[in-house]
Amino acid sequence: MTGQPLPPPDAPVAGQGDAKGTSPGPTTLRPVRPRWRETLGLLARNPTAATATLVLIGIILMSVFDETLAPQGPNEIDVADRLQSPSWSHPFGTDDLGRDILSRVILGAGVSLRVGFLAVGIALVIGTLIGLLAGFYGRWVDDVLMRIMDMFFAFPAVLLAIAILAVRGPGSGNTALAIGIVYIPIFARVTRASVLGVREEVYVRASRSVGASDLRLLTRHVLPNAAPPIIVQTSISLAFAVLAEAALSFLGLGTQPPSPSWGLMLAEGRGFIDLAWWLAFFPGMAIFLTVLCFNLLGDGLRDVLDPKQRTLMAGGGR
Amino acid sequence: MVVLAGVSVIVFALVHLVPGDPVRLALGTRFSQETYDALRERSGLDQPLVQQFFSWLGGALTGDLGVSFRSGDTVTSLIAERLPATLTLAFASILVALAIAIPLGTISALRPRSLVDRFATVISQFGISVPDFWVAIVLILVFAGTLGWLPSGGYVPLSEDPLGWLQRLIMPAVVTGTVSGSVITRFVRSSVLEALGADHVRTAQAKGLPARQVFTWHVLRNALLPLVTVTGVQLAYLLSGVVVVEIVFSWPGLGQLALQSVQSRDYPVLQGAILLFAVVFLVINLIVDLLYTAIDPRIRR
Repeated sequence: MTGQPLPPPDAPVAGQGDAKGTSPGPTTLRPVRPRWRETLGLLARNPTAATATLVLIGIILMSVFDETLAPQGPNEIDVADRLQSPSWSHPFGTDDLGRDILSRVILGAGVSLRVGFLAVGIALVIGTLIGLLAGFYGRWVDDVLMRIMDMFFAFPAVLLAIAILAVRGPGSGNTALAIGIVYIPIFARVTRASVLGVREEVYVRASRSVGASDLRLLTRHVLPNAAPPIIVQTSISLAFAVLAEAALSFLGLGTQPPSPSWGLMLAEGRGFIDLAWWLAFFPGMAIFLTVLCFNLLGDGLRDVLDPKQRTLMAGGGR
Repeated sequence: MVVLAGVSVIVFALVHLVPGDPVRLALGTRFSQETYDALRERSGLDQPLVQQFFSWLGGALTGDLGVSFRSGDTVTSLIAERLPATLTLAFASILVALAIAIPLGTISALRPRSLVDRFATVISQFGISVPDFWVAIVLILVFAGTLGWLPSGGYVPLSEDPLGWLQRLIMPAVVTGTVSGSVITRFVRSSVLEALGADHVRTAQAKGLPARQVFTWHVLRNALLPLVTVTGVQLAYLLSGVVVVEIVFSWPGLGQLALQSVQSRDYPVLQGAILLFAVVFLVINLIVDLLYTAIDPRIRR
């Protein structure tokens, strides 16, 4: 029995099993800044990832300017106009209360993205810190921290989130917290694996030998060089966080009405599915498109940042 | 074992972190003092916390997970009632997933950048990104609503009505199987690619072995290893993580039970269900590890 960490059920772990795949050559002492530009350049040359990025920027802009973009308020009720099929005045139709679906989809973007970013933010900060400490210090620090992570990992993601929401009560804030907690172990594992590959690099040892403090080593050398898989994981986790928020809201445990959350709109539209398909269709498309773009961006970033995977994806590695 | 102990502490702590009194919450607003005291005493909540934990843990080890606040049934019997439906769906889904993933992943690895490969990449990307409950709703609309070929949900045991069983199983199994299949397809593709690039494959080709023989004995055997892991993980996920799909299809499985217990604040049932899922996850991981040693002689050292 090896007790090896397994990838989570629904989240492909970035950089799995290739802890040393991302380390730059020993000659690059300060590789961070120039590589950023190179990364963006490479990403721009990948049409899929570039398109995904543009769409995501569009969705983010849409959620920033939602008030101006939405033709109607999210909760403007017009009973005379209820359950209208898509038309010029209501491109996505109206729901059972006569609310404009397009407006609600636009305003729902903010809800989904806020919860997604907050959740991944929580997981990223805490998970990376834990992984960094476990990977860098090793020994008992590693044992204790990673065993705790294993315990959280043993719970199915959605169910752990449901249980946390059962304890803390429903709502968007708690949803972000629940999803965040669920994803902490993933970031801890990805970071740890990446740090293990970097820890013994020549530049780290050189820096240590001239008397650099642990803090300086960690922030100047280890973290920047261990970052690529973490960045990839961030993008992929955003996809799953948006999906999880939708699922939890669909179940009635996440964002609460009358907020225009996509998952909630799907749940409301489900009852009218054979009467008015557009109620569930458009919010579903919005979730799908957002999640797809975060996933595609994650894949693009992996191709660019992770040379080993890149050759593999490019077809054969032979 | 350490992980298992920690898991049980977390599960136990979850319920006791609930702000307020779980019994009071479960009973709602109208109840008599006698009902309250009786339920409190029956669930052992009047005892000190540490003692509660150990009596719960002791019970859990012997298969006694306490009594439901709602129905008064034992949690074990409630879970046992739901188990067949969940197992059926999980195994049907994993079959669908493997039926999609193995051919699609293998072909796209053998012909990188071909039409099939591109198709597989797009499809698996879609399958990973699409909300499964949304697909479920759309399928119900099409196959149960418009076409009227299949019932929109529910479950009947195989022994009572084999045709009805199959009809009700198809849609949920396809939905969850496609999502899992998308994940597995990517693993199959990359592990076959990796195996194809290995030195021993080149050696075998150089020896002049027929392509088919090289493929089955040198490529496939090595590509199988990651497949075992990812299939195990997906199975664990299917046994517990398909709450939303179960809800949409009114599938009376464990996910539905867990959600209902959250909605009715039936904490002993929630505790029992979550503990069971965590144990299932750990057991499947253990089995995967054992399988590994069985199929990969390199680990047996």
